[in-house]
Amino acid sequence: MTEKKKTGIKIIPSKNPMPLQDHKLRASNFDEVALGYDYETAVAEASRCLQCKNAPCSRGCPVEIDIPEFLRLAALGNFKAAISKIKEKNTLPGVCGRVCPQESQCEKDCTLGIKHQPVSIGRVERFCADFELADKEDKITNKLIPPSSGYKVAIVGSGPAGLTCAADLAKEGHRVTVFEALHVAGGVLMYGIPEFRLPKGIVEAEVKNVVDLGVEIELNSVVGRLVTIDQLLDEEGYNAVFIGTGAGLPYFMGIPGENLCGVYSANEFLTRTNLMKAYLFPQWDTPIKIGKRVVVLGGGNVAMDAARTALRLGAEESIIVYRRSEKELPARAEEVEHAYEEGVKFYYLTNPVKLLGDEDGIVSGMECLKYELGEPDATGRRSPIAVKGSEHIIEADTIVVAIGQGPNELVPMTTKGLETNKKGNIIADPETGATSRPGVFAGGDVVTGAATVILAMGAGKLGAKSIHEYLLNSKIDKPLGREGN
Amino acid sequence: MYKIIEKQIFSEVTKLLSVYAPKIAKSCRPGQFVMIRIDEKGERIPLTIADFDPEKGTISLVFQEIGKSTQQLGALEQGEFIKDVAGPLGHPTHIFDSGTVILVGGGVGVAPIYPIAREFKKAGCNVIGIIGARNKELLFWEEKMSAACNSLYITTDDGSYVRKGFVTDVMKELIEEIGKENIALIMAIGPQPMMRACCNLSKGYEIRTLVSLNALMVDGTGMCGCCRVSVGGSTKFVCVDGPEFDGHQVDWLELYRRSTYFCDEEKSAKDIYNSEKGNHACGCGGIQ
Repeated sequence: MTEKKKTGIKIIPSKNPMPLQDHKLRASNFDEVALGYDYETAVAEASRCLQCKNAPCSRGCPVEIDIPEFLRLAALGNFKAAISKIKEKNTLPGVCGRVCPQESQCEKDCTLGIKHQPVSIGRVERFCADFELADKEDKITNKLIPPSSGYKVAIVGSGPAGLTCAADLAKEGHRVTVFEALHVAGGVLMYGIPEFRLPKGIVEAEVKNVVDLGVEIELNSVVGRLVTIDQLLDEEGYNAVFIGTGAGLPYFMGIPGENLCGVYSANEFLTRTNLMKAYLFPQWDTPIKIGKRVVVLGGGNVAMDAARTALRLGAEESIIVYRRSEKELPARAEEVEHAYEEGVKFYYLTNPVKLLGDEDGIVSGMECLKYELGEPDATGRRSPIAVKGSEHIIEADTIVVAIGQGPNELVPMTTKGLETNKKGNIIADPETGATSRPGVFAGGDVVTGAATVILAMGAGKLGAKSIHEYLLNSKIDKPLGREGN
Repeated sequence: MYKIIEKQIFSEVTKLLSVYAPKIAKSCRPGQFVMIRIDEKGERIPLTIADFDPEKGTISLVFQEIGKSTQQLGALEQGEFIKDVAGPLGHPTHIFDSGTVILVGGGVGVAPIYPIAREFKKAGCNVIGIIGARNKELLFWEEKMSAACNSLYITTDDGSYVRKGFVTDVMKELIEEIGKENIALIMAIGPQPMMRACCNLSKGYEIRTLVSLNALMVDGTGMCGCCRVSVGGSTKFVCVDGPEFDGHQVDWLELYRRSTYFCDEEKSAKDIYNSEKGNHACGCGGIQ
């Protein structure tokens, strides 16, 4: 496409819709649901941008992408330049274009959105990223790796926070090693978010981009057991550490029956399916067992992922049981909508008090109460109050508990002088990511509790900036010498 | 990729692989385990570390071929590779330095009990070992255990070697002989029924008894909760809270049920594997 000069502002009120896989068809396969814009649609959508000078969209972006500029380039059909612009700030554009909650971030403050629909920034971002990935012949190379700073940094966890931090530090010339406990890099992007929402090929490609910056990733490396942070700093010559271990510890409700067979944490249910590819059993070795009627407890994105996964694994019925009402669902509106379309049922204002099992210890259902909404609680959501005498039974063959995750305590437990709060989250300065231990920084879900991919990336970015400043301002010896190696 | 440095065949179904994993060999302690994945499509399975040599950089894994994955593992030869080995995982055994400890190993449980015995003896405890197997063929490491213990007793279910009977028979006699007040700790590692029997016996004498649980796991790092077990009425994750627990507090029925929940799938995977490989079904029984 040739360059098209903008002659005046033309308002196009509506977003270009995202083409989707047919909802009946997609509920039985693991292929990506959102098919992505084509070239013309991406140009058309990018052209809707008003090019506001104050760029309220960029201020809503946790990694501060220059959104008007990348949209301007995309509107010109110059997607190579557009992706380069995005990558100045964002290491994982293919991921973010798919899973960011744009409606509450960049698109929330879009000027066009005041009277009309905002620009679909995420969809254009996704197109730019996919455009680059598809363009194997003329691969856009990352900026040249700068000369070595002589410093070594260890990153614990290769999820969105760790990868972002690693990429930014590598771009500053630091020698970065990422320690990942699992056998693949990507953290929650690999084990948690399903293939149909975020194809694993996209994650692998974007992880490779980080590796291409010179970052080393050590898989199967459980920090706290294989090596401690103290050892990394005191014995292995690392000058700083960033902890981005996420929120990997599944919460249970603490009600009777939760250890019955057929009750999974959402983490187990999703890890078996996504990371271990249980949907391809027996070609792949990890099994998953699922009954005709699957009940998912919880109302967040993870609950939506689990309920939609259950359908794809062959459940006849997949039901979300949530103790508040539809309005309070913490999941993204789009995820809820997709779940509805695919046939997921929603039982609102309902919560179990006890899970029930058969004589062999296999789950058969749950005893529930109905709830009504009372006054708003600390989170601003109206808190549910049990209705007396509303006991009833919901039958289920499989129950997935998706009520949230907390931090894994292994790293805090094995690191001297690392302070945590009551929930076990690492305490880090919100301005810098610095922890109570000098030279150790932290960010992402391990600090904030379970949140979003992009917030974790923002924290990784902040951590990288702080570590860079810490290294330059400190008088510590450079283990790699002036030139490094 | 983790190279197999040595393979030993203890019996038709019991094998040892010594794997080059220098970082794990350096950091691991008795009682810990690793998660392995044989190849790209493999499942992650937990295996207790049977022995480790920080000098050579190796860890030893002893396993019984029960399902598809362990059969596939048993088919690997020296010089071949295991795709992933992650560890060491779980809490190490708490080793103390005085008193008498009775360490009981049943079946492949002899392997993980060995480094524990060695450490207790080194620390200064009087270590009494009891090892047992279904028959003579399935028994291994008698010499190693003999060296690691102050005294060693052996039983076989069928009487094909040394004493006919169960490890609990010897355990009962020893408790009576030594006196329960003179036993600081009993540890039992082996198949669930054997550990449970040891706990039932020692509970009557009120002797503290630790067991190392073999729950199903997916990640093995505290992330999925597949390995949860009720201990003293509260839910624990075997992978990060264990693998060792007070055996008197363990809900054994729940553990058994959760361990066998995927039996049908495991059987079908094994059948497919064996029909593809042209193997005979090994007839070694279901999961223990």
